[in-house]
Amino acid sequence: MLEPGIEEKTYVLNLGPQHPSTHGVLRVELEMEGEFITKAEPDIGYGHRAHEHMAENRNYLQFLPNTARVDYLHALAYNQGYCMAVEKLLGLVVPERGEFIRVITSEMNRLTSHLLWVGAYLMDLGAFTPFLYCFDDREHLLDLLDRITGSRLTYCFYRFGGVPQDIDEEFITGCRDFVKRLRSRWVDYDNLVTKNVIFIHRARDVGLITQEQCIKYGLTGPMVRGSGIPYDIRKSEPYSVYPLFDFEIPIGERGDIMDRYLVRMREMEQSLRIIEQALDKLPNGPIMAEKVPKRIKPPEGEVYTAVETARGEFGCYVVSKGDVKPYRIKLRVPSFGNLCILPEVAVDTLVADLVAILGSMDVVVPEIDR
Amino acid sequence: MELLAQTLGSDAARMILGLIGIIALVSVNALFLIWMERKVSAHMQLRPGPMEVGWHGAIQTIADAVKLMSKELITPAEVDRPVYLLAPIVIFLPVLLSFLVIPFSKTLVIRDMNVGVLLILAFAALSVLAILMAGWASNNKYSVLGAIRSVAQNVAYEIPLLITLMSVILMVGSLSLVDIVAAQERYWFILTQPLAFILYITCATAETNRAPFDLPEAESELVAGFHTEYSGMRFALFFLAEYTNMFIVSAVATVFFLGGWQGPILPGIVWFLIKVYAIIFLLMWFRWTFPRVRFDQLITFAWKILIPLAFANLLLTALILKLR
Repeated sequence: MLEPGIEEKTYVLNLGPQHPSTHGVLRVELEMEGEFITKAEPDIGYGHRAHEHMAENRNYLQFLPNTARVDYLHALAYNQGYCMAVEKLLGLVVPERGEFIRVITSEMNRLTSHLLWVGAYLMDLGAFTPFLYCFDDREHLLDLLDRITGSRLTYCFYRFGGVPQDIDEEFITGCRDFVKRLRSRWVDYDNLVTKNVIFIHRARDVGLITQEQCIKYGLTGPMVRGSGIPYDIRKSEPYSVYPLFDFEIPIGERGDIMDRYLVRMREMEQSLRIIEQALDKLPNGPIMAEKVPKRIKPPEGEVYTAVETARGEFGCYVVSKGDVKPYRIKLRVPSFGNLCILPEVAVDTLVADLVAILGSMDVVVPEIDR
Repeated sequence: MELLAQTLGSDAARMILGLIGIIALVSVNALFLIWMERKVSAHMQLRPGPMEVGWHGAIQTIADAVKLMSKELITPAEVDRPVYLLAPIVIFLPVLLSFLVIPFSKTLVIRDMNVGVLLILAFAALSVLAILMAGWASNNKYSVLGAIRSVAQNVAYEIPLLITLMSVILMVGSLSLVDIVAAQERYWFILTQPLAFILYITCATAETNRAPFDLPEAESELVAGFHTEYSGMRFALFFLAEYTNMFIVSAVATVFFLGGWQGPILPGIVWFLIKVYAIIFLLMWFRWTFPRVRFDQLITFAWKILIPLAFANLLLTALILKLR
């Protein structure tokens, strides 16, 4: 009853585009021999919305909401990357309080992204309960961000030259409470997940990625850090006010999916540290630069800025011809590079492992499709 | 009852009434278990669960059942029709028949057979056939994968299941479930056979395709496994069979290890049900705590750990019985 594939022994299995664990409209074409995968070919483009082309047809400010739709899970980092690029073109300097608010909110957004990942990833592995634990914690963050930014998922909060809304005492106490709350929850996560025998057996030595492979495929973010390369743009090419804070870049040892899980868990703790320090050091002063032009019309030139999102390096390359519209915008997204390695890692694994590996990559498919 | 007994003979009357009772029990039990599972999972996940329909959502499952019954029965075009239609029935019948020999209390057993244990195990093995039929006939690669997994899993786990039960049977010297319960008058066998109990619960979880061994229907890998292509009441039958199966394995555990209907003050059937639902709660607890094991790990676990342990337990039991 199974159609023979390319070889007699194998058959083709379509994983997606509608499948519970491809997280969006990703299709992976699998060539299988029994339960073993002999070839995996990701097929992307189902959610292509031509964001880069849209940028060429609207003015600089109008493109800002688009950035949040590229990676909806860490939208504020995309806001930030794009704003930094345009600010660089305009020669604007963001006041310190503005930068602090950006860092605080962006790190909170990173936490929401990682929390969602932990939940969804464990769901891929067949554990349902951690998903709701994570969403419970995430809910508090979303409520806090909601107060300041006005939205809960596709934020459009930063402006060229700063942020439009100052944070108040209630937000600050809310943040401090949340930091305490999440720290108290690590014990639960450890007991429920990290120390679970079945989880360890599923995650150890599965989906190994060597450091050479990381460099060859241009992986970034927790994927590359899981393999032991301490590459984080917040440290290696510092932007905003990150150099003012004391935080570490957690790295893994072996490069399996367990390491990637641990890296993300430890990163959440580092984000909490950054938020805590930023709240302590929060300076007074303006939140917007003074001389922001009413009409954004940058001089001719081209700039590239990179920020560290929850998934890795987001690069924004803007070319201006001195018009109100950008001449060209190129978005370098981390998930694309991260997904590229799938065919190499997935060979000779079981379907269950493929799902786990795909989950550990934390791909956001709209980001790949753009 | 008497009229029925006169016309059919008391034995046949007993069977008919018994079957009616079983069908009633199966449906009420499944409705209750689904509600219970939703509540248990909800409270483990820090949420209230169904609250709207009835007291704490108590009749939510009835609403769900009505919905399922009123849904269209979709038969995909390319399926193997007779097998596809037969599979939900084949999965349900053996489950129903297993109730024949389960002693709910000292007197409340439809037919006390001297091969009761074998009957239950034989019928339990039949459910694999139904899963294979469903998976194969659906003409869907995910379904076939689910069915293949199910067969491999059930074959692997039936062996340690049988062997663990064997050590209890050795102690009692009878295959009748009533005799086994009666032998536990002074103490429960869980005290003398703790390892067997643990092994049995592990195998039972795998036999009923429950998490962490729910590979035939692993949602994140195989969508819905062997019942991907089933809808409406046909899907409901698979669902019903799964929950009834849970009841049966828990009932067997109660009979073999927890002293069946025996207990002070309360009537036998109450004790029996309390013990059964306690074990079901344990199975639910597993499901909502553990991630799923991988397929090769599952099979390795059965052949390399469970079966040797079960054999060791059996040998030890035999040795002790011989020396005494």
